Formats: sequence, structure tokens, C-alpha cells
Amino acid sequence: MIELEGLTKRFGSKVAVDHLSFQVRPGIVTGFLGPNGAGKSTTMRMMLDLDNPTSGTVRIDGKHYRDLQEPLKYIGALLDAKAMHGGRSAYNNLLCLAQSNRIPSGRVDEVLDMVGLSAVAKKKSKGFSLGMGQRLGIASALLGDPEILMFDEPVNGLDPEGIHWIRNLMKALASEGRTIFVSSHLMSEMALTADHLIVIGQGKLLADTSMADFIQENSRSYTRLRSPQFERLRDVLHQEGFTAVETAGGVLEIDGATTEELGELAARHQVVLHELSSQRASLEEAFMQMTAGSVEYHAHSDRDPAAEPPAVGAGWGETWNKPGSNDTEGK
Amino acid sequence: MTSPATPQDRRQAPETGLLSFYESPIPIRPATLGDAIASEWTKLRSVRATVWTLGVMVALMLTLGVGTALLLAANDTNLAGEPALALGLFGVLLGSLCVITLGVLTIGSEYSTGMIRTTLTACPSRARVLAAKAIVFFSLVFVITTVTATVVAVFQTVILSGTVTASGGAWALATVGVGLYIAGLGLLSLGVGAIVRHTAGAITIMIGVVLLPLVLAPFMFADALRGVQRFLVEYSIPNQLSALYGTTMTSTGPSAWEPLLVMLGLVAVALGGAVALLNRRDV
Ligand SMILES: Nc1ncnc2c1ncn2[C@@H]1O[C@H](COP(=O)(O)OP(=O)(O)OP(=O)(O)O)[C@@H](O)[C@H]1O
Ligand SMILES: [Mg+2]
Repeated sequence: MIELEGLTKRFGSKVAVDHLSFQVRPGIVTGFLGPNGAGKSTTMRMMLDLDNPTSGTVRIDGKHYRDLQEPLKYIGALLDAKAMHGGRSAYNNLLCLAQSNRIPSGRVDEVLDMVGLSAVAKKKSKGFSLGMGQRLGIASALLGDPEILMFDEPVNGLDPEGIHWIRNLMKALASEGRTIFVSSHLMSEMALTADHLIVIGQGKLLADTSMADFIQENSRSYTRLRSPQFERLRDVLHQEGFTAVETAGGVLEIDGATTEELGELAARHQVVLHELSSQRASLEEAFMQMTAGSVEYHAHSDRDPAAEPPAVGAGWGETWNKPGSNDTEGK
Repeated sequence: MTSPATPQDRRQAPETGLLSFYESPIPIRPATLGDAIASEWTKLRSVRATVWTLGVMVALMLTLGVGTALLLAANDTNLAGEPALALGLFGVLLGSLCVITLGVLTIGSEYSTGMIRTTLTACPSRARVLAAKAIVFFSLVFVITTVTATVVAVFQTVILSGTVTASGGAWALATVGVGLYIAGLGLLSLGVGAIVRHTAGAITIMIGVVLLPLVLAPFMFADALRGVQRFLVEYSIPNQLSALYGTTMTSTGPSAWEPLLVMLGLVAVALGGAVALLNRRDV
């Protein structure tokens, strides 16, 4: 169980994390969602006592992180950036961590086996691919067999098989009664793994809800209409009391009406229809709508970002964020 | 999705015991400074920089120390009146640059690779991490320097037999004393590395600390600066090392074991400052 209370972090004049209060509970996967620069990594670093909060507190099972004697046995973490010495073998990188927490060295072989790195255990970790590096990071998180696990964008750089593996791993870990806290900017990814959802934007808490509730509230269904008699259709809909929203390309979207109703209505008024279809907004769109007001780094293209295939997009989010954030901040 | 995250769950969660927490089969035994030391030893022995820097230092000390002795023996130079064992100085002076590099790298590479985050996540006590690093690094450098210096001194005495004699005190200074001083210099570098968090920057600073006083001193010929000049020369690291070998550039200034006290003071300030900063700063 992790408890945050009024957690705030300021970098100069920039408020990266703004009075965050929430709890991460055991036995489930809690998704931590927010657009680039929302403050997810900063929050996680403060949970691990790497960054000092400007104000507020984090408690792990009621204790401050610094008061944990062998922290790896309580909480394992995978951070966003590479955090291993490349000149050291995978085995030695893990061994020195194990020793500092009095974890038997046999456990190092175990976790290397779990993440599928046994074959390269003696290889220097700087030669590792992005995915292998990620697996090594996950191995270090699992080292102390902790009851709390924290992953900052774990699917970053993993291939589809790796993504599948990590999804199942997180679920399996949670089902053993562990607390799993995982960040992402991909709603679709979270919908598959998380049971609970915490959404932040510009450091502020936007939602703290169960995944089931979020899906129920946010998956809007509507009907799409296209007609060569656009004006007439709009007037007819208005007369009959439907609220139609105009979108690009002469498309009308109507909430709260069935396709049957609308089709019959068009027939009655003899309006020609080129399209009559029932639509469901994706969770990704719901997420973007929720965070729309708090997205810091917009792309300068008007292509729909939701249309991107999630697995491919995930790998790149990190890398462009870092230089991009500097530019935008003008520091 | 079968989600256990129902509103009811939420209310129950804070009361521990209602939900089954995960219990690891791995036994929890309290970790101590000893465990941190074991960890730091693994780190130090598993990177190539350690072998390289210390290997080069040993090679420099041996070749220069034994080499000069052989040269002098071949030329039948008269060394009467010269302090014995002093021929080891050149090798140690150059070797100290290797120790500086390794001292800075011991902490600097943690910052440049990002390993420091993992290290401090595993051991949140900054003081313990730094103490473990200091103990491991100091011991390693002390043993290697002392052993090498002893080997060099024995060779020199054998090669130049008859020409040089040295007292027991001089022997202790030129072996254990030099080992302690060089290991202390390494600790100072480690402290500076932790403060600066930048490998190249910290190495540059340390090389400046070693060389600058001797480079600056000749320019202070004005009478008012005479005192400063003498201070710079006397307390320069090369001169203090010479003092351990019994050959100083000046007749005043630290002699015998005094350079070690000066070094102890510097190390205490650097490491104390590093712990204070590490406690305050974001990683
Ligand atoms: N060390 C730092 N110094 C100054 N500003 C920082 C620092 N670390 C983070 N920030 C700023 O804080 C904000 C939050 O950054 P953070 O990395 O926590 O976001 P994030 O939610 O993890 O984003 P992403 O999804 O891209 O990983 C950003 O605007 C960033 O520029
Ligand atoms: Mg991040």
C-alpha cells in the first residue's frame, strides 16, 4: 500500500506535481496515466525518495522510504531511464543490488531466468537492446520479491511478445496479493492490464476511479450521419429534438439515438443518407478528452494521434519528450 | 474485466489484515553497513576501470622506481647524503593520477550511467552508500600502493646496496605512509566526484589541486606574496608526498607523518560535504 498526501514538486517556477493525494492498493494493478510531461516519472521518483518533495508526503506501508531497512524487499521499481552500469555484466549489476539488501545471490539467477536473460547473464549490459535493458530493469525490480512493484512505462521498447509477457506478469504479480503501480500514456494498454486508474495532467489529479467505472462512464456511443442534403438533415434533426454535432467533412454525430430511429426519421422526411452508422468512442479518445486541457507538448501536425498503433507509439514517447520539454520550457 | 476494485474494496483497503498482502518466502535479515560494503566491492571489482587504473599505477611505480635505481647503479652515482628510498617518489607521483581517476569514477560513473538511482533505491541512506564506497576504495588502494611501494623500496635497497641506508621510521613512511596518503588522495577525489557529479569535471579539478600550487608559486615573486608562495609550495601535494620520502623542496612545512594529518582533514571536509549535499539534493 502506497499513500500520497498533498505531494508537490516544484522545479524552479514550474510545478511538475501539484498536490497529489491518492492511494495505491494491494492485490490489483493500478494504472498511472497522463500525457507527456504530466509528472508521472517525477511522482514515482518522489515515491522512491530520489527527488525531495517540495511539500507533502509519501508513505509505503505507513513508513517513509528512507526508513525502510532493506527497501528492495518491500518495493521494486523500474524507472524510465536506464539505471544500470553498462560496463558491468547483467549478473554483477544485479548481484551488487542483492548484496546491499542481503538477498541471497541465488535469487539473481532466479530473476534473470524469469525475465529470460540467463543466456546473456555474463554479458556487459551496455550491449543490450532496448528490450533487453528493460527486462534487466524488471529483473532488478523483482530481485527482492517485493510486495510492491512500480513500473514506469514498462512496455517501452518491448516487442509485441514482450508486451504480452509484461501484461501477464503484472496480472500474475497482482493476483499474488502484491501492489502493482504502472505508468503509461497509452489508455488502450491500461485498459488491458489495470484494474484501477489514476489520471493526472500537469501534475494535478484528474481521475481516481476503477477501470470498470471509467469504461462505463467514458465509452460514449453515438450515431454518424452523412448526407448530400446536409442542411435539410440538420434542420429535420433539430425539429425532432435531436442534438447533432457537426464534425469535419459534413458528418453529423448524434448522441442518444439508435440507428433505427434515425433511419426511419430520414425516410419519413425523404432525406438521402450516404452513411448511417453506430460508433463507439475509444477509451483513448476519452482519455485525450479528459487531459485535453492539460497537454503541454502538442505535436505540430493535425493528424489524429489516437489513430497511431499503440505498441509502436510507445517506444518513442520517451525519447522525444526529453529534448522537447527543454525547448518548450525555454530553460 | 473482473475487477476487484469495487467501491467496497476501497473502504476496506486501509485496514490492513482485511486484504491478503503478499509475503515473500525470502527471509528478511536486517541489512547493515557490511552488506553495503559487500555490494560496493562487487561494483569495484566488476568494472574494467579498476583493473586499468590500478594496473597502470603499479606498472608506473615499478618501472620508474626500479628503473631509476638500475640507472643510478649502472652509472655509479654517489648518493651519499641523499635520503634513501626517495627514488620511489616519481612513480608514486604519476601513479597518483590513476588513483584520482579511479576515485572520481567510483562515484562519477554512477551518475553518468544512471546507476546512482538504482543504488539509492536499494540503499536509501546516502551516508551508508558513501561510507561503504569510501571504505572499499580506501582499503583497495591502500593495500595495493603499500605493497607496491614496499616491493619498489626492497628492489632499490638491493640494487643500490651499500650506497643507501634507511631507518625503520623512513621505511614505514615510504611504504605504509605513502599507501595511506595515496589512498587518502583517492578518497578526496571520491568526495569531489560526489560533490561535482561529473567525472571529467571532477578529474580536472583534482589534477588542478595537485598541480596548480606548483604552477602558480613561481609567479608570486612579489614580496607581499612571499608567504603565500611558500605556503603553496609547502602544502602542495607533490611536496607533501616528498616529505613522506624525506626529501622536501623547502626546509620548513609538513614533515614525517604530518602530511597524513593534512590529508585526513581534507578528506573529512570533502566526504562530510558530499554526504550533506547528497542528503539534500535530488538524484
Ligand atoms: N530535474 C528536472 N528539472 C527541471 N524540470 C523537470 C525535471 N524533471 C522533470 N521536470 C519537468 O517536470 C515535468 C514532469 O516531468 P515528468 O518526467 O515527471 O513527466 P512524465 O509524466 O513522466 O512524462 P512522460 O510521459 O513523457 O514520461 C515536465 O514538464 C518536466 O519538464
Ligand atoms: Mg516519464
